[in-house]
Amino acid sequence: MQVGVAAAPRDPALPARVALVAVGLLLLWPALELTEFDPRKLFEPSSLQVMGRFLGTFFPPALGQEFLGLVLRSALETLALATAGMALAVGLALPLALAVSDSLSISRIGPAPHAWLRRVLRAPLRFLLIVMRSIPEIVWALLFVRAVGLGPAAGVLAIAINYAGMLGKVYFEIFEAGDTRPARAILETGGGRLHAFFYGVLPVALPELVSYSVYRWECAIRASVVMGFVGAGGLGQQMELSMRMLEGGEVVTMLIVFFALVLLADAISALLRKVLT
Amino acid sequence: MKLALDALHLVLPGGKRALAGVSLEVAHGERIAIIGPSGAGKTSLLRLLGAALRPSSGALAIADVDPWALTARALQKLRGRIGMIHQAPPLPPRQRLVTAVLAGRLGAWGLWRGLASLAYPADIAGARESLARLDLAERLFDRCDRLSGGQLQRVGVARVLYQRPDLILADEPVSALDPQLAHQTVGELNREAQTRGVTLVASLHAVDLALRWFPRIVGLRDGAVAFDCPPLRVSDAMLHDLYATESQTIPLQGGEPLAHPEPMARAARGAATPLCR
Amino acid sequence: MTVGAFVWRPWAVLGGFALAAGASFAYLAADFGTLLGLESARQMAQFALGFVPPDTSPEFLGRALTGAAETLAISALGTLLAALAGAFLALPASGRWGRWLRAPARLVLNVLRSIPELVWAVFMVLAAGLGPFAGCLALAVHTAGVLGRLFAETLENTPPEPAAALRDAGSGATLAFFYGTLPVVMPQFTSYALYRWEYNIRMAAVLGFVGAGGLGQMLYVSLSVFKTHEAATLLIAMIAMVSVVDLLSAWLRRFLGRSGA
Repeated sequence: MQVGVAAAPRDPALPARVALVAVGLLLLWPALELTEFDPRKLFEPSSLQVMGRFLGTFFPPALGQEFLGLVLRSALETLALATAGMALAVGLALPLALAVSDSLSISRIGPAPHAWLRRVLRAPLRFLLIVMRSIPEIVWALLFVRAVGLGPAAGVLAIAINYAGMLGKVYFEIFEAGDTRPARAILETGGGRLHAFFYGVLPVALPELVSYSVYRWECAIRASVVMGFVGAGGLGQQMELSMRMLEGGEVVTMLIVFFALVLLADAISALLRKVLT
Repeated sequence: MKLALDALHLVLPGGKRALAGVSLEVAHGERIAIIGPSGAGKTSLLRLLGAALRPSSGALAIADVDPWALTARALQKLRGRIGMIHQAPPLPPRQRLVTAVLAGRLGAWGLWRGLASLAYPADIAGARESLARLDLAERLFDRCDRLSGGQLQRVGVARVLYQRPDLILADEPVSALDPQLAHQTVGELNREAQTRGVTLVASLHAVDLALRWFPRIVGLRDGAVAFDCPPLRVSDAMLHDLYATESQTIPLQGGEPLAHPEPMARAARGAATPLCR
Repeated sequence: MTVGAFVWRPWAVLGGFALAAGASFAYLAADFGTLLGLESARQMAQFALGFVPPDTSPEFLGRALTGAAETLAISALGTLLAALAGAFLALPASGRWGRWLRAPARLVLNVLRSIPELVWAVFMVLAAGLGPFAGCLALAVHTAGVLGRLFAETLENTPPEPAAALRDAGSGATLAFFYGTLPVVMPQFTSYALYRWEYNIRMAAVLGFVGAGGLGQMLYVSLSVFKTHEAATLLIAMIAMVSVVDLLSAWLRRFLGRSGA
C-alpha cells in the first residue's frame, strides 16, 4: 500500500455548492422584499399594545351560558354544513367518475351506440374535475358568499363543488384499479352498463370508496370551520367575529370546541374505517 | 494506553450475562488479539474498553483512570484518545468518504472547525493519506453508498487511522474482506500500533490472522477468559475447546490450513517463548 | 371476488351517512329555502357570467403578476422558515434532548399545527399588520408544527449508530448530529418540506382573504366590489401559480435525490 505523492486535490463539489448558495441568496433577497419581511413590525408599540390587550383577554375563557349555547349551535351548524356538503359532493362525484371511467366501457369489447359521445365528453369532464378541485374550497366559499350571501349555504355549495372534484378523481382511480372482470363478464353476457356497475364494480370498490369518503368528511369538518372566516357560516364565522372584536376569551372557548369537534370527527372516522377494512 | 480490568461483569438489558468475571492487564503499546466463538462477548469487551458501555460490576481502569468516575467533559476527552473500528461501519450512506474519514478528529477539532469542514473539507490531504493506506485513495470523493461492504469496512479503519488514537479497538475489522486484503489490513493496523507505540486490541473471528500478527492471544468463551497466551503456546486442542460450541472447524480467513507461525520475537531476540498468563 | 357478493358494512355506513345528511339538510333548511328559488338561480347565473371574459388589460396583468410573485414568496419563505424551526423543535420532540423535554416539545408542535393557518393569519395580521409579512409568519408558524412532527418521527426512526460511534470517538453531541444523523435524515426532511410547499402555495393564495397579502388579498378586494373580470384573471393566476410550484417541487425533489453531500 503506497502513500499518495501528489498535492491534495480540491473538493469537486465546491463549484456546485457555491452556485447553489449564490442562487439561494439571489432568490432570498427578492423574497424578503416581496413579503415585506420586517421582524421589527412585531415589536412596534401600537401592535404590541393591541396584541397585549388581545392576549390578556384570553384568560379566563368565556363560559357564559348564553355564549356557550351560541357556540354549540355554531358547532352543530358546522357539522351539518360539512355533512350536507359531503352528501352533495358524493352525489356529484359518482356519476362524474362513472362518466370518465373506462372500466365500464362497452366500446372496449365491441362497437357500442353513442361511444363517440362518451369519448368526446371524457376530456372536458376530466378538465371540469380538475378545475373543481384545483380552486381551493375557501375560494369557492368566497365566490358563493358573493353569489348567494352570507351563511352556511355558501359553505355547503363550496364543499360540494370542491370535494366532488377530489372525490371524483379518487373514485375514478378506485374504479380503474379494481378487478374489472366481474363487470366485463356482465357486459359480455349482454347486461347493461348500470347493471355492470352495481353488480360488478360496486361490490369490489365499495369499502374503499366509503373509507375514503369518510376520511374526506373529516377533512370537510375542518375546512368548514376555516370557510366560516369568509362568511360561510358555522363556528368559523363566529370565531372571526370574536377575533375582530378582540374578545380573546370567546376565541379560546371556540378553539377548544373546535379541537373537540375535530377529535370527535377523527374518532368517528377512525372507527368507521376500521369497521370497513 | 494502559488497560486494567479486574473481575468485570456485564449483564445486558435483556438479562443475558455478556461478561462473567473478566480480568486483564494490558500494557501501553501492547497488541492483543481476542478470539472466540460468536456470542463469547468479544464485542461487549471491546465496547467496555472503549468506555462505550458501563460494566455491571468490577473495576475498570483506562489509562489509570476509571472512565465512569470522570466528568462528562473529561470522559469526552478520554474517548477522543480511543479509536473504535466497528464490524459494521456506522457510516451515513450519502456521506462522502472524505467527510467520513475526517470525522475521526471531530473530538479534537471543536464545534466551529467541525462545522466549517462540512462546507469545505478541512484536511483533504490527510484524509487521502489515510485512505491510501487502505488502497482507497481514488474513491476520496465518492459517496459511501457507492462502496461495497468490504470497502466500507476499510473506510472505518481509515477513519481510526486518521484519528491517531492512543488506543485502537478493532471489532472484527476485516470480516468482509477477502483473504489477501484481510491480511494487508490487519498488517497495516499492527504497523500503525508499532510505529506510534500505541495499544491495539482486536477481536478477530479468523484464528490464523490472530496467530500470524499478534504477540498475545486472549481466548474468550461464554464471557470469560479461556486462555491468555503468546501464539506459540496456543495449541490445536485449546482452539478446539474454545470453538467447541460452533462447527467443529476452526474459523480461518487465510484460506490455508492452520499452521503455527514462525515466532517473530524469538527469531529477533533469541529469547525463550513466554508462558501463558 | 364473485359477482354480486354482498358486503353489508359499507352499505350500513352509507345508510347512516344518508340519515345524517338528511338531518343536516333539515337543520340548515332555513338558509336553503331561498337558495332553491328561481330568482336566486338567475342571480347565480348572472354572477357566474360576470367572470367571462377575464380582465387582460396590461395594467391589471402586471398587478396580478406582482400578486403572484408575492404569493410565491410568501409560500417559499414561510415553508423555509418552518423547515428550520421544525427541525429545531424536532430535536427535543424526538427525545434527543432528554425525557423531560419531549412532551412539552410535542405539545408545542401540536398546538402550532392544530390551529388552522387562516386563524394564525388573523393573529398575525393583528400582530404585524396587514400585508404579506403576516401571511408569511402564519404559514411559518403552522407549518413548523406540521414539519416538526414529521421530522421528529423521522428522527425517531433513524439509526443512532453513526452519531453514537462519533461520540464514542470523543465528538461533542452537536457535531455528532451534523456528521452522523443529519446526512441520513436530510433527504427525507427536504422531501417533506418540498411536498409541504406544494400545499402551502395553495394556502398562501387564500391567506390574503383575511388581509395577509398576495393574490388572495387582491381576489378578496376584487370580489368585494364585484369586479368579476378581475377576479377571473386572479383565479387563473392562482391555478397557474399552483401548477408552477407543483412542477418546481417535483423537479427539485428529483434533482436533490441524485446529488449528495
